[in-house]
Amino acid sequence: MPTRKKDDLLNSPSNESRRNFLKGSTVATGAFVFGFSFPLAKTALAQAGSDEVNAWVVVQPDETVLIRIARIEMGQGSLTGLAQLVAEELECDWDNVGFELVKPGANLQRDNVWKSQSTGGSTAIRGSHEYLRKGGATARAILVEAAARQWQVPAQECKVNKGVITHSASNNSTTFGSVAALANGIEAPENIELKDPSLWTIAGKPLKRLDTKEKVDGSMVYTSDLTLPGMLIAIPKACPVHGGTLASFDAKAVLSMPGVKKVVALDDNAVAVVADTFWHAKKAIDALPVKWNEGENAKVSSASIAEKLHEGLSAKTDYVGNNIGDAANVLSKAANVIEADYSYPYQNHAPMEPMSATVRWRKNGCEMWGATQVPESALGALAEAAELPKEVCEVHTMRIGGSFGRRLATDYVRQAALVAKQIPDTPIKLLWTREEDMLQGHFHPVTQCRMRATLDDDGTVQALHMRISGQSILAHVNPNAIGGKGDPVMYQGVDPEGDMAIGYSVPNLLVDQVMVNPHIRPGFWRGVNLNQNALYMESFIDELAHAAGQDPLAFRRKLMANHPKHLAVLEAAAKGIGWDTKPAKGIYRGIAQVKGFGSYVAAAAEVSVTDGKLKIHRIVAATDPGYAINPQQIEAQVAGSFVYGLSPLLSSECTVKNGRIEQENFHTYQVMQLRDMPEVEVITMPSGGFWGGVGEPTIAVAAPAVLNAIFAATGKRVRNIPIKNTDLSAS
Amino acid sequence: MKLNVNGKTQDIDVESDTPLLWVLREQLGLTGTKYGCGISMCGACTVHIDGVAQRSCVLPVSAVREDQKITTIEGLGVQQFHPVQDVWAEIDVPQCGYCQSGMIMAASSLLAQNSDPSDDDIRRGMGNICRCGTYPRVIEGIKKAAKQLRANAESGGQDANA
Repeated sequence: MPTRKKDDLLNSPSNESRRNFLKGSTVATGAFVFGFSFPLAKTALAQAGSDEVNAWVVVQPDETVLIRIARIEMGQGSLTGLAQLVAEELECDWDNVGFELVKPGANLQRDNVWKSQSTGGSTAIRGSHEYLRKGGATARAILVEAAARQWQVPAQECKVNKGVITHSASNNSTTFGSVAALANGIEAPENIELKDPSLWTIAGKPLKRLDTKEKVDGSMVYTSDLTLPGMLIAIPKACPVHGGTLASFDAKAVLSMPGVKKVVALDDNAVAVVADTFWHAKKAIDALPVKWNEGENAKVSSASIAEKLHEGLSAKTDYVGNNIGDAANVLSKAANVIEADYSYPYQNHAPMEPMSATVRWRKNGCEMWGATQVPESALGALAEAAELPKEVCEVHTMRIGGSFGRRLATDYVRQAALVAKQIPDTPIKLLWTREEDMLQGHFHPVTQCRMRATLDDDGTVQALHMRISGQSILAHVNPNAIGGKGDPVMYQGVDPEGDMAIGYSVPNLLVDQVMVNPHIRPGFWRGVNLNQNALYMESFIDELAHAAGQDPLAFRRKLMANHPKHLAVLEAAAKGIGWDTKPAKGIYRGIAQVKGFGSYVAAAAEVSVTDGKLKIHRIVAATDPGYAINPQQIEAQVAGSFVYGLSPLLSSECTVKNGRIEQENFHTYQVMQLRDMPEVEVITMPSGGFWGGVGEPTIAVAAPAVLNAIFAATGKRVRNIPIKNTDLSAS
Repeated sequence: MKLNVNGKTQDIDVESDTPLLWVLREQLGLTGTKYGCGISMCGACTVHIDGVAQRSCVLPVSAVREDQKITTIEGLGVQQFHPVQDVWAEIDVPQCGYCQSGMIMAASSLLAQNSDPSDDDIRRGMGNICRCGTYPRVIEGIKKAAKQLRANAESGGQDANA
């Protein structure tokens, strides 16, 4: 097997030479800069003089196949899944596959030949599978054509298997690596037929990740690990009350501290210390006297936010997301209305690697090395802060130490560029402390929800009203997207149709919203609004089942007759937990289902509650993602989703006091630990015909499945999480 | 000041309150050991000192003696991977990977003290935070590595623990 070359695309050195470079070897720093190989190119065809077969595939003489990865790898494993899609149609030998990461500046130069690089909303695979498979198939056709021309035989008579091209009639055989150089200049065929998924041999298989070794021997270079010659470290501090501004700081108080080089203001709301090392910068930023103009927001607290949200539960609104029949009328006339209010608190993404970016500003160009989920936006943010055209800027995307939606924002990129601009020609590595990361997050929004329903004599739901009162992410990041329905993203999981469609049929259904937008900065947190909407709906459906005196699964079945795919995963999870059997003494069960990000997911949980102490024993999860590109990675995503989804259920929340987030580190923002981890069984049941994401949806069913089990165990309906705030002991 | 890191004695010139983590990362270029919280809560900074897992982010370098052997992820399996690393690669434990150096150092230390840990031993003994949610495979990986270490010991092989 050839040595895999896995590195950044275009003009950056290989891993080996990068290491040398990082040690300060002779590789000129200028080698990183602006020397795009093909500034005029506009197509997906191979670039003249390059070893590309096409934009997606590079084949080297030693048979190494490098697959270009445009989407961002942040732990979700899609890097490997995307490579599988290309390799499947390319028909190469998987053992020879490596990868290169695409840079957004290069993508821009080539007219976005690699399409969108943005990675969020569980879209990496489902948003690019078609053009990737076509890219792989086209590269295969070009390589075959190259061989056929050499042999002077018709290309369609040639066969390909694991990177070997054969023409049996003429008894010829060659390899991808042998003909790759001849492929340059061959035009891609127009009509490429893709394989039927039933014939896949690489896609759909539980292959190992391509990038694990560097993660177990410490050699993976994350953004915070990068070292460049002459580099300085910057640690910023922004006004802890979001929206507040910097009043003053006393640089003199810290400039004589060891290693401190400079103290700089960033925009109107932050200050940064620049020093030779992290520790020197950290000591100085902690010692720096800073005054803020905190403004009116300093009066805001969790209680004052909750009060506004509560008002929204009964306020008048025109924002309607789902409307069938006349739920308001039926409920107003109903003799017996079941009503319950729920809430979901702020959450921080808290990725293990805090925000960081390295930027070098020069008067003729600016570069960033770092992690982002949105390379194009990061390039834009970099250019804007650098006050230079995008064409002379570049983002060298790096692997991410966890993100979960946090690096959809580019605030740290801007900060790094603003520091670098004040210290030209010097690489500036901006590192956030954990405390800064906790205070300056883009938080999972707060919401409250009022559920109201009425049942007929048979216990069938006649009308259901779901009122969401909460903070809108779009109102903060993209106000233009607010339309007649209000914030459309706030209806995730209860939409009438599509990737986030509700799985219940109710004759009179109303889902509406009231927007309450506190000053705390909201953001897309893994699972986004599906998390709380599924918690509200699945808890309340459970409440209705109990009110009707019916088994929660049987009760749901009646509402789900027209939603067979939703029901199929629920049935699978229920069967997996043994719903029809009696649980062991002291063990109680709960179920939940939802459709999110294009996939159908369900969970069934077994818990016990002893002397008020919850133990989650076992969870069975079922997922129908349509197609499963790498089942073992889907399993990892689904199992991991319980960690992300159960943290808010058990213990994590961000609260507000004096206008600022109170939780500054993991001792107060308590996330799920290994000791709390239940056994998770993952059922992946792709039914074909659609493409769903897997990184996020299961998070949403984790909490309600457990909450419903807690009710079964204790008779207590916990409607406000985390449950650490509720006494579960028998009253 | 001198430190023994991964079998080599190194001269260090830093203020005495500098945490070992930043000496490793910034003075010695050993960036496999990570900063996660700076308050000894998350375990991303875990290294071995004389074979025992310790969190380096709050440990002043002055508290480490020259005769104490510091091992980082880079020094855990130099000639060949430690069985924990082997198993980690075999079953694809890491997701983003950022916490995994610390996770592996904690796991290998746990196994050095307990060659046959139960699930409960692992749950109690592993306090490292992973946000991606690799916990199920961490548990599976430690049990597999334990089996491999015991097999190595029975066949008279060398204990791979650093």
